[in-house]
Amino acid sequence: MVTSALEPLHRALGLTDGEYEEICTVLGREPNNLELALYGVMWSEHCSYKSSRIHLKRLPTEGAHVLVGPGENAGVIDAGDGIAVAIRIESHNHPSAIEPYQGAATGVGGILRDVFTMGARPLAVMDPLFFGELTDARQRWLVEGVVSGISGYGNSVGVPTIGGELTFDECYASNPLVNVLCAGALPKERLVLGVASGVGNLAVLLGSTTGRDGIGGVSVLASAGFAGDDGAASLDDAKRPSVQVGDPYEEKRLIEACLALLDRGMVVGIQDLGGAGLVCATSETAARGRVGMDVDINAVPLRESGMQPFEIMTSESQERMLAIITPDDWPAVAALCATWEVRASIIGHVVEPNIDDEGNSVGVLRVRDGFDGAILAEVPAASLADEAPLYDRPRLRPANLDGIHADDPTDDEPEGSPNDDLLALLLDPGWVYRQYDSQLFLNTVVGPGRDAALLRLAGPGLPPSSRGIALSTDSNPRWCALDPHAGTALTVAESVANLACVGASAKAVVNCLNFGNPEHPEVMWQLSESIDGMAAACRALDLPVVGGNVSLYNESGGHDIDPTPVVGLLGVVDSLLAPPPGWDWREGDTIVLVGAREASGPQPFPLGASRWATARGRRGGKIPTFDATTFRPTVKFVAGEIAAICAGETSDVTAVHDVSGGGLATALAEMVAATGRGAQVGALSSHGELFSEFPGRFVMATSDPEAFMARAADLPVFVLGTVGGSSLVIGSTINLDVATIASRRQGALESSLAIAG
Amino acid sequence: MIRIGVVVFPGSNCEYDAAAAVEDLGATAEFVWHSSNDVARFDGIILPGGFAHGDYLRPGALARFSPVMEAVAEFARGGGAVLGICNGFQVLTEAGLLPGALQKNRGLTFLCQPTTLIVESTNSVLTRSATRGQTLSIPINHFSGAYTCDDTTYEQLQANDQIVLRYQDNPNGSRGDIAGVANEAGNVVGLMPHPERAMSTLLGSADGRVLLEGFVRTRVSAV
Repeated sequence: MVTSALEPLHRALGLTDGEYEEICTVLGREPNNLELALYGVMWSEHCSYKSSRIHLKRLPTEGAHVLVGPGENAGVIDAGDGIAVAIRIESHNHPSAIEPYQGAATGVGGILRDVFTMGARPLAVMDPLFFGELTDARQRWLVEGVVSGISGYGNSVGVPTIGGELTFDECYASNPLVNVLCAGALPKERLVLGVASGVGNLAVLLGSTTGRDGIGGVSVLASAGFAGDDGAASLDDAKRPSVQVGDPYEEKRLIEACLALLDRGMVVGIQDLGGAGLVCATSETAARGRVGMDVDINAVPLRESGMQPFEIMTSESQERMLAIITPDDWPAVAALCATWEVRASIIGHVVEPNIDDEGNSVGVLRVRDGFDGAILAEVPAASLADEAPLYDRPRLRPANLDGIHADDPTDDEPEGSPNDDLLALLLDPGWVYRQYDSQLFLNTVVGPGRDAALLRLAGPGLPPSSRGIALSTDSNPRWCALDPHAGTALTVAESVANLACVGASAKAVVNCLNFGNPEHPEVMWQLSESIDGMAAACRALDLPVVGGNVSLYNESGGHDIDPTPVVGLLGVVDSLLAPPPGWDWREGDTIVLVGAREASGPQPFPLGASRWATARGRRGGKIPTFDATTFRPTVKFVAGEIAAICAGETSDVTAVHDVSGGGLATALAEMVAATGRGAQVGALSSHGELFSEFPGRFVMATSDPEAFMARAADLPVFVLGTVGGSSLVIGSTINLDVATIASRRQGALESSLAIAG
Repeated sequence: MIRIGVVVFPGSNCEYDAAAAVEDLGATAEFVWHSSNDVARFDGIILPGGFAHGDYLRPGALARFSPVMEAVAEFARGGGAVLGICNGFQVLTEAGLLPGALQKNRGLTFLCQPTTLIVESTNSVLTRSATRGQTLSIPINHFSGAYTCDDTTYEQLQANDQIVLRYQDNPNGSRGDIAGVANEAGNVVGLMPHPERAMSTLLGSADGRVLLEGFVRTRVSAV
């Protein structure tokens, strides 16, 4: 039998030979096996961002209202009225590919802990989801599993799921993407950070017992691609034990207990246990506090017997938190946790840092066999948490990109019926979001399925406010595949436009950068270009990036996914007393298109990367560039018009909808389907004008076109037609009954999933 | 001042919303932890929505053994007004304070959506301010919300005017389109829809007010 001795342990743990040498330099000796295991998880791509960190530095992160930027558990902004909003986005892609229900469920659990770690009560979750085409039975299984996992965990834990995205594309068939965003709110003065301080203070592990689930989740599972390319059988069954199992009831009690501890001021610092488990939580809190920490491996409550120290330190068992408290508070902490039936165990002590040869203090993480027992591992905490090697990996523009750009569908001779083309683009995701509790906490003014979600800024323990917060998640891998720089910039713009539809001005961005294997130079080029595009758009729109997540190795059988940067955007509405108009146009209203009618770039109505072209198997072409010149005043005008309605002012504006996926024709059809009222629209110049996709255009309806035009005098406004009749008529190209549009849109997802009732 | 006790089990999650609705109507709300055995000081008791004890085994099956349920039963026997919303309704049926049971929705998925309810009876602490035949837009939010009971029970419910609310368009497969039922005396009511989520047009509907106004209106045994 070939023994594993042929492969050194560090390689089995996912460390390179160079990284092993680096560890020896840090320690001044060879690491023992436990120490090597700690480095293996902490220096994984997932934990260390070693391939992306040098690029992420190019993103703008500052703003007057930013309280906490990237690098903490969540970004935090000042939303006004003494309320801070924490926001975070994460991916749980690989676990969900292997075990969709638990993968998605634990994704929700993890993101909630990131937010309540900051002292914020989680108030909203959003889920951008990406699967292969539903003609494949495995994709239908994944969709049902992921959606029921989010529903099962999110509803039970008591946080409303208020939106997300649903994208189907062949590139996700073997590597679906399950991203999750959470926003929470807290009284501004209660903001806490994951810092250990105060020598002699106690490290208390709260929540669930520690088992063997999720060991190596960040390294084996999240920081490597899938081997096979044939879908089901190849998806690496051996990795299934690296998927964690969630318990929302445990998490619910943990949330309430932690928020109660924070309310009573009993916590010096607090940190969630997510990827890389206990080693991550202890080393990060110690590194941030520049102190040492002694952990007694025997004090960790275990779920099963015979667990090795490396398993205890790296387990990703869910629903656990690490709180740093003073010894005096321990009896009260223990009593409060007992009330909520939350386990609490002292597993470590904050200790003095060591002093190195040059007189610097170095916080050391020591894993011990008993508090005064033998030292099993002894490593500088910061070397685990912050000092992984950073890589500037080779980047290469794909050689075939020019050919792909040249294969442009914009000038294709249209074939077939535009009516059929339009019907094929309609899909109501209601089957998904009806499974989510979207209303808990009585905040949801605009829920899932519209341009953006809009919530009252209110919650248990918050000071009173009449403000609202708006949230949107956006992505467009079709754009980014053709041009990751422009595509990402347009995605940011699209998100800002979505927020304008509910009257919100954008305040902060979080991003989840889902890419392929960073060891492929083309993927690194995509990532670098995408970050530059995001930075450019954020600068042009004065938006700070307050947090993010990078998910690499989204590949299967050597095939990388299309670059999929997901933008999460948080905005504020200053006065939320009445709901925004939504899509609810009325009989006789005038329909107008507000914003630049033509795209910036050489083509006025490009069809490259449009859904219309993709549905015909045409994936090449060029996409527009992002130009803020007209975009900024347009979104400012739209947001202002809608914000006035939210503030309770009367208005002639009766409807607004951002033109995005599926183009102008799709936006009109969605409004027809939502209201049951038809529209008579004049001739549009081309197929491109019906289906082209670029942000910064809004369909609005007004009952007083003269007054509206006067207010919008400085902007491009184009009269499209009027609301009325029992069909959608666009010139001589589109003529469809209202009922046909509505039933097609409503039933599209259920019939694809073959669950039409 | 009317005082309403809102029972909190570990895993409850609509307790803040129920309390906010009650306070919006001018009453005071006070949380009652599930280990408490004294609710006599209240004018009414609400068992809110959520997942009491994680809904392990089945919804309400463990919550009925929480100490507070003895006190709630005693309170109900004395004519006290008791309202179970969603998970609270499930708990009341498991505790035997209301007839029937709630099983999984017909489509075997969770459903969060608006529904239209028809007021079938005004002979209960929940519907006494409403009008028979009135329609109300109130959302549902549940996985196990299909009301079921045997034939004899169903006939008794009808004969005693205990079916207080029905769905206009049955979303979940409930027997007889039942959305809410009362006990014979009308002082204990359970419903799957969430009236506390329909308190303001800003959130889509204010039709829940007429129900909760009735509930907080008067003191014990005023049916």
